[in-house]
Amino acid sequence: MRSDIFSFCSDPAVLETFQWMSCYLTTGKHMGFYLSFGTVLLLLALAAPAALLFGFGGAMAARARFVPLSWLGRGYIAVVRGVPDIAFFLFFVIALDQGIEYLRHKVKCPDWDEPIRQGSDFIVCEAAKLPLGTSPQWIHETYGFALAVVTFAIVFGAFAANVLFGAMQAVPRAQIETAEAYGMTHRQAFWRILVPQMWTYALPGLSNLWMVLIKATPLLFLLGVEDIVYWAKELGGSKTANFTAYPHPDWRTWYFLGLLIFYLAFTRVSELVLDRITIRLSHGQATVAGEAQRKAS
Amino acid sequence: MKSLILSTAALALTAGMGLADTVRLGTEGAYPPYNFLNDNGEVDGFERELGDELCKRAELTCEWVTNDWDSIIPNLTSGNYDAIIAGMSITAEREEVVDFTQGYTPPSPSAYAALSADVDLNGGVIAAQTATIQANHVVDTGATLVEYPTPDETLAAVRAGEADAVIADKDYLEPEVEATDLVFVGDDVPLGGGIGMAFRESDDEMRAKFDAAITSMKEDGSLNTLIEKWEVGGTW
Repeated sequence: MRSDIFSFCSDPAVLETFQWMSCYLTTGKHMGFYLSFGTVLLLLALAAPAALLFGFGGAMAARARFVPLSWLGRGYIAVVRGVPDIAFFLFFVIALDQGIEYLRHKVKCPDWDEPIRQGSDFIVCEAAKLPLGTSPQWIHETYGFALAVVTFAIVFGAFAANVLFGAMQAVPRAQIETAEAYGMTHRQAFWRILVPQMWTYALPGLSNLWMVLIKATPLLFLLGVEDIVYWAKELGGSKTANFTAYPHPDWRTWYFLGLLIFYLAFTRVSELVLDRITIRLSHGQATVAGEAQRKAS
Repeated sequence: MKSLILSTAALALTAGMGLADTVRLGTEGAYPPYNFLNDNGEVDGFERELGDELCKRAELTCEWVTNDWDSIIPNLTSGNYDAIIAGMSITAEREEVVDFTQGYTPPSPSAYAALSADVDLNGGVIAAQTATIQANHVVDTGATLVEYPTPDETLAAVRAGEADAVIADKDYLEPEVEATDLVFVGDDVPLGGGIGMAFRESDDEMRAKFDAAITSMKEDGSLNTLIEKWEVGGTW
């Protein structure tokens, strides 16, 4: 059953410290831990652009001249920003999941006569289950992960919408007036003048959001996705010799120290990248930073 | 013996009708010897072996899923998996929300463990896992209860001095007491009505299949063999 990477790992009890460590750190369980770093990075790579998209849509809706659309945008921003993340993650995901299953149930099993809510049970017909009860485990995991991406996108999208809304308002009115004087339509002025100029105002707020998003990834475990904090807790807990070949006392401090270094390194790299983007976006802008660049060159 | 053959035949028939049913078994994966993740990261332990054997007897394909203890019942009722097999004691409170099979272990004692034997169990600070029968028991004794999400954290709390003692299933504490500086304190406390599998209240048919499989394992003694192998308390 065991699939050791190093041939000397067959009897951990007799190993030297260094060898013991190299065996211990390559167990299947640790591989799950290393893989979960990839899960977290993939989540960030998908959730961040999705959240930006939600944010852009929310901001555009909020400043729309069509009043009901504006209410919708403002309502989205106000409600999602006001609800604690953890409550949103516990309630919204279950509601979303059950909502999708309810719709599928209505379509696929129209002649079902039992109630869907029976006490605390939520029962839909087999064909409406998502994923299907017969699907392999990886489909269940992918589905859970996709729900996580959507939820992160909606939550962080609301914050991003507020940031972008503010940034759109911050672009000097004179810029839009000039565009209109040149005969641009409302739409042209928005896409060609307002949007390119607003990023410099939005970036500080968006970079904050990115940092918070990085640190919010442990919420993944609430959705059943095994993230790095879950594995650190599981691997770090004390283990007795009965149930593992690698018994050890409580090592959670060391695992969490590892996570600390990971998060710090990751946010530091993010800062460096964001700084470069800030410089780029300030170029030629009618802001103090843009003016300073013009004088320096 | 005749009834055994009959019931297995009936089982085989119903299983055939269900057409390769996949049953998803939910467990915690953090409660040795009942269930834990082994070095390869797979679910292992008494309940892993038991569950696989029950599925074989009921002719079902089973898959293992791990879930946080805290949300293990809500995730069952909303259909994320089909059964809980996670060292869950049968209690009247839980019976209101889910339905249990018959117990697959006899009622087993809980016990207190601490770093020294002179701990005040009725007035001190006692650690227990959230939403367990042991946590309820601590409230009844009048001691101060501190709850932790995983069993491992209750032990860590005692070692770190955050709690005076920990209460848990004796079978869980036994290997810890043997291997570390913890000692048992006071008398064993009989709690709960044995450990069973939990199903949705609307899933009587599937529960009956597992119930029959447990009965057949009790009758041919293979359940006792498993209990002895994993040292999870008394046999039937």
